[in-house]
Amino acid sequence: MRDIAIIGIGMIKFGELWEKSLRDIAVEAALNCMKDAGTDRIDSITIGCMSGGLFNGQEHLTSLLPDYLGRHTTPAVRVESACASGGMAVRSAFMEVASGMSDYVLALGVEKMTDVSENIETYTLATTADGDYEAFHGINLPGLYALMAKAHMEKYGTTRNQLAEVAVKNHRNGALNPHSQFPMEITVDTVLRSALVADPLRLFDCSPITDGAAAVLITTVEEAKKIGKQPLVIISGIGVASDTIALCQRKDILKFEAVELAGQRALKMAGKTINDINFAEVHDSYTIAEIMVIEALGIVKEGQGGVATANGITSLNGKFPINPSGGLKSKGHPIGATGVAQICEAVLQLRGQAGKRQIKNAKTALTQNMGGSGGSCVIHILEAK
Amino acid sequence: MVGIVGYGTQIPRYRIKIEEIAKVWGADAASFKRGLNLNEKSVPCPDEDCATLAVNAARNAMSRAGINPQEIGALYVGSESHPYAVKPTGATVSEALGACPYVHTADFEFACKAGTEAMFVALNLVKSGAVKYAVGIGSDTSQGSPGDALEYSASAGAAAYVMGAENLVAELIDTHCFMTDTPDFWRREHANYPEHGGRFTGEPSYMKHVTGAVNAILEKTKMKPEDFDYMIFHQPNGKFPVQMALKLGFKEPQFRYGLLTPTLGNTYSGSSPLGLAATLDEAKPNQLILLVSYGSGAGSDAFIFKTTERLLKVRDMAPRVRKQLDEHKMYLEYGQYAKFRHKIVKPE
Repeated sequence: MRDIAIIGIGMIKFGELWEKSLRDIAVEAALNCMKDAGTDRIDSITIGCMSGGLFNGQEHLTSLLPDYLGRHTTPAVRVESACASGGMAVRSAFMEVASGMSDYVLALGVEKMTDVSENIETYTLATTADGDYEAFHGINLPGLYALMAKAHMEKYGTTRNQLAEVAVKNHRNGALNPHSQFPMEITVDTVLRSALVADPLRLFDCSPITDGAAAVLITTVEEAKKIGKQPLVIISGIGVASDTIALCQRKDILKFEAVELAGQRALKMAGKTINDINFAEVHDSYTIAEIMVIEALGIVKEGQGGVATANGITSLNGKFPINPSGGLKSKGHPIGATGVAQICEAVLQLRGQAGKRQIKNAKTALTQNMGGSGGSCVIHILEAK
Repeated sequence: MVGIVGYGTQIPRYRIKIEEIAKVWGADAASFKRGLNLNEKSVPCPDEDCATLAVNAARNAMSRAGINPQEIGALYVGSESHPYAVKPTGATVSEALGACPYVHTADFEFACKAGTEAMFVALNLVKSGAVKYAVGIGSDTSQGSPGDALEYSASAGAAAYVMGAENLVAELIDTHCFMTDTPDFWRREHANYPEHGGRFTGEPSYMKHVTGAVNAILEKTKMKPEDFDYMIFHQPNGKFPVQMALKLGFKEPQFRYGLLTPTLGNTYSGSSPLGLAATLDEAKPNQLILLVSYGSGAGSDAFIFKTTERLLKVRDMAPRVRKQLDEHKMYLEYGQYAKFRHKIVKPE
């Protein structure tokens, strides 16, 4: 397997992009990525998008996006793994270059979510749950995460305020990120006073509906050295794991087994332990999700995610910064783009280009992207060389 | 010189509180009250419709105008709840006022700005010299689908304006329109309730068009927000107009009389015209008022008026808006409300 580097990243400002279409935002991110890489060579494209069909009435992105990128003969594949589609697309790009099939692969994540009504948005997001045994019976994603939150509070004594602290911390970081959808600081009170979505989760416990796209350009370390990007950012480990799609089928609904396993696999591949990681971008689709993810990754002890957050351990200046970008909560969560955007943030941090939210001496990063209620997970380890 | 000769309003006596609606749908009343600054809304009784509200508002306007109804050359009613799809509300209102038969009439529809459209055309017909007096009315018994966010705001009310060229209570200084084809809210033929684009109704719709109209008229007249004594924006809820006003550089005292939605709800075509009437109820002579409507679909009409001495003389010749809004209220439970609003379908 060849060694892999990321030589370009491309983001756009996330938001409710009423004046733009799916193709517009995907092309914008891809062009930003090529500009950042300093090359327009693309041998192949992997596309992360969860549901162009339901959100936009548009499938066949493997034709649409190369076409509108002015590369209509370039091979493209689309990868779907619910909210982990973006991270999985990066993994596919990695494998394609590592295998020697292609030398330059663009991983492009996109989701245009605001073209439909809230009802269709909620329905579409619920397709990431078990269609027959969960969604059919009326439970949707906020409902599933609310069950986890309730159970976590009951078993570990996690408090309502500790959940809110996740959102407060991520908004504090997101306020420093020019690409954030909601770059404003909030307080615990903001969360507690927001509308109830699914008890105990309130509006400010939930990531927003977002239009967005993000891209990374992947090549071999050898090629990257020729271009001479400094510091070189490599992908040294990738781990993927699945779990039962239905929450009720799990041995323990408070354990993200897919996250735990994907993390172990990625760290093993990179030859690292969690203690070697300087910061992580994780999938905080709900505040409880971040708490459970940092527990599953072994960043904090089981049941201690809420306390650790409230104690500032995961803050930008804390012992283990989590979501310096603002996370899904503040930066926004355009489903298929999220996993790619996490990697863009990790690269920015490792290059030392993260501006006001820069983490000092960031050398090794972990990005964690997961689907549905944790039924699939992809984790990348990135290093500055 | 043209402008307003008389103005009048009508608001039903019935109200329903936000909590009462939220209770039925298991919704969080606090988030509507705090988030959208809505507390209660007016509800028409079973015998009230767009036409009866328009007639009462117009009669009050005629009381203040003090003119012979036979001198009305044109009468326009803007609404999205005209009782008939084919049969003009304007004809009923004209007849009730005693303006028939030598009167031109038409019904207007442009979501929530149909009322200011009627006012715009009435003003400009007078300005052209084609008619001596013209009446522009915004009147609605607004529809909101049961359980939908609109159900918390859609209310009923009307405001009528008699426009003329002499004996003015407020002189028209200027107008400006801002309009694009923006599908944020609509109701198809034969549909009982409107549909809307959720958050799309905010920034790319209401905010964009109100801002566009405000900026255009300020540029045209070389005026600044602080030049106005009062301003009124269309009020779909209690949040949007305040947010917009502050963002554009207006201050709370400028909209203190015109902001009615928190206890009135959104009277659709009657919304900003009612806000103007409430402001005229309180303004002093020689004060400048900016009125900006908004109608989904989407557009805004902006008007600048300057009050005259005559305003003080006619003000109490008809009930003031606050009297209609604050006195003799009767609160409904959701069941009565559902019956009044024909949400309960009985077999024929």
